[in-house]
Amino acid sequence: MNLFSVIKNQTSIRRADLPRLSVEEFRQAVLDKVQSGSTRVMDFFAEGRTLYAVLGDANAHAFLLTSCEINQEYPSLTADAPAFHWFERELWEQNHIRPVGHPFLKPIRFSEGVPGVTNYFTPAGDNLHEVAVGPIHAGVIEPGHFRFQCLGETVLNLEIELGYQHRGIAAMLAGGPDRKTEFLIETAAGDTSAAAMTAYSMIAEALGMAPLPTAGALRLRRVAMELERIANHVGDLGALAGDVAFLPTASFCGRIRGEYLNMTASLCGNRFGRNLIRPGDRSGAVLDAKQAQKLIDWIARIKPELDNALTLLFDAPSALDRLENTGVVSTETARLLGGVGVAGRASALVLDARNDFPFATYRKIPRIEVGSGDVMARALVRRSELEESHKLLLEDLRAVENMTENVPDAPLKSPQPDSIAIGCVEAWRGELFHAALTDGQGKFSTYRIVDPSFHNWYLLSMALRGEEISNFPICNKSFNLSYCGHDL
Amino acid sequence: MLDALRSRLFCQGFRTGKFPPAAPSLPDGFRGRPILSGGACPATCARCMETCPTGAIVMTEGKRPSLDTGKCLFCGKCAQICPEKAVSFSATEYRLGGFTREELIAVPEESYLPAIQKDEAIRKIAGRSLKIRQISAGGCAACELDFNVLNTLAWDMGRFGIQAVASPRHADAVLITGPVTHNMQLALQKCYDAMPHPCWVIACGSCAVSGGLYADAPTTARLPEGMHVDLFVPGCPPHPATLLEALLRFMGRTPEAQA
Ligand code: SF4
Repeated sequence: MNLFSVIKNQTSIRRADLPRLSVEEFRQAVLDKVQSGSTRVMDFFAEGRTLYAVLGDANAHAFLLTSCEINQEYPSLTADAPAFHWFERELWEQNHIRPVGHPFLKPIRFSEGVPGVTNYFTPAGDNLHEVAVGPIHAGVIEPGHFRFQCLGETVLNLEIELGYQHRGIAAMLAGGPDRKTEFLIETAAGDTSAAAMTAYSMIAEALGMAPLPTAGALRLRRVAMELERIANHVGDLGALAGDVAFLPTASFCGRIRGEYLNMTASLCGNRFGRNLIRPGDRSGAVLDAKQAQKLIDWIARIKPELDNALTLLFDAPSALDRLENTGVVSTETARLLGGVGVAGRASALVLDARNDFPFATYRKIPRIEVGSGDVMARALVRRSELEESHKLLLEDLRAVENMTENVPDAPLKSPQPDSIAIGCVEAWRGELFHAALTDGQGKFSTYRIVDPSFHNWYLLSMALRGEEISNFPICNKSFNLSYCGHDL
Repeated sequence: MLDALRSRLFCQGFRTGKFPPAAPSLPDGFRGRPILSGGACPATCARCMETCPTGAIVMTEGKRPSLDTGKCLFCGKCAQICPEKAVSFSATEYRLGGFTREELIAVPEESYLPAIQKDEAIRKIAGRSLKIRQISAGGCAACELDFNVLNTLAWDMGRFGIQAVASPRHADAVLITGPVTHNMQLALQKCYDAMPHPCWVIACGSCAVSGGLYADAPTTARLPEGMHVDLFVPGCPPHPATLLEALLRFMGRTPEAQA
């Protein structure tokens, strides 16, 4: 008997073809795969009383899917494979299914009840004190509540409570697709719109809602995603510089980030790439040879300024001293907790959805040789990804002859019924996983969005252990995770 | 130190935009104030209304469309789909902010002039200095990101005495982004209560103005009681020029207000 269905990115499978295991078989099969290190947890969720696991097998460039029926509860996986810990808490909160034996079961987004009002992990002893920060923070930033348990200056543990941004997107997507769907997807995390729409488009195409995209449409997706990555990485490096009071780079990058947002806007009228990517060949952009040349010239003007701003930072020992050995997440910790993306790679994990589950027109993205897991590593990963993104971007722009012409909305077909489809992309923070389950009528019965932040928030906690509380801002910036993308 | 100076002098240069008073540079394909044709639409056509994700378009008497920019996401779908070309978006009119909810509703109009700040008290107290406490309350983060952009040297809102502050005690205004989720309502209320009065409320982005995409979501709580909005800024998210212009106009710092 097959324990898993194996499917590629941007494809679908009939629900009936999915293995249905017993709880014991399911547990064993999933744990074997994850513990062997050959796969990672992409998603773990329930619909009704059916549990679904999706694992990612980077070597096979494929996803492994399986399912099982349960009652109210099942034996938790977290103790054996910690990467499940957040998923199981979500499951408990959203589906009222109890993973028995979960070491710290509590809500992750407080869809019922009041966020922040909960039991906290609290060490006991003399001279300990607790610092509570948020939900509203000092800067212009999303809300979250942080509890630091400290001994003097040293942070023993940081607990992060989220959920303040919870908009119920998953509930609104169920029953779709409808006229709101694409906009909900785009605003799940508003700084990741292009990547999110690419993932959704892949699902729509896998479910037969739209024809497969042309080479031009695929290239446009890559252009949009790499512009998004560049703008955000530039902003993050500038913000890191700002947090260690290295103001030249902070202010230069703030302006340069805007240039890249404006490049996106020059394609679709919106700085965050709203309405830019759509399933099939639809698109809200005009990208012809003239437009491409304009972008190429623009980049030629800006890139030297970016290099100059970054060289200043990376040549300043006093600034780097603050980044080095700060907020270390070991490779082992990152692997066990299922870290992804920039933070995962900074801790020497070898993962990148662009390589592991090929999509759009990505070919081999070179591996980045940084792995010290500290703030510095997360900064260096961004810096080297900036180089790579510029390469990809220019390659695409130079290849544009006559690409997409603002194709107006052709109506989408209704999704293939009784199916499961997957679309996974490497957004700028890390892998962004979408899955859609359709019912007999061809409506979404479940639409899953797993933001990279979902995997990584706990890594930030771990980065703070043993640090001074004053290092929190740079640690936080070095991850720059999404609150709304997590809270949905 | 020398390197930083060299960078500034020979590479980065002076980059603060000339807006205002010069016109802002807007992207190609920018969608600003909607332009609605005055004619009546065919009796059976409702394609724009069926397409709009937020129900921003309604038909007024005589079957003429009106568009609520407070709900609008500026996706431009209605303009694309309308066979009569009754709806389009201005590529240059970025001045979208309004002091009342009614001003945000675009109807067929001869010409459009944004409202002038007439409130003497606001002009006196906030005319030269507006300290803003921003609160994200369930948005997608794009609105706050583009508010933050006004802090960069490209826009430098500090030139006009506008500053984002950490403590509500230092704030003249709270700038809300997002539809205000149930989970953020209490925090928002506490923040507002901590602000010295008089103080003002700015709703930034379609989520904050009307609930936007999330208007009907069960998670949406909207504003706590007692808070009423003094400045509405449409957009998803509002372009930085739209937001900055709205703030300046609110402060009474436009030539028209000072005339
Ligand atoms: S108005 Fe649009 S950009 Fe602003 S928070 Fe809401 S969804 Fe995001």
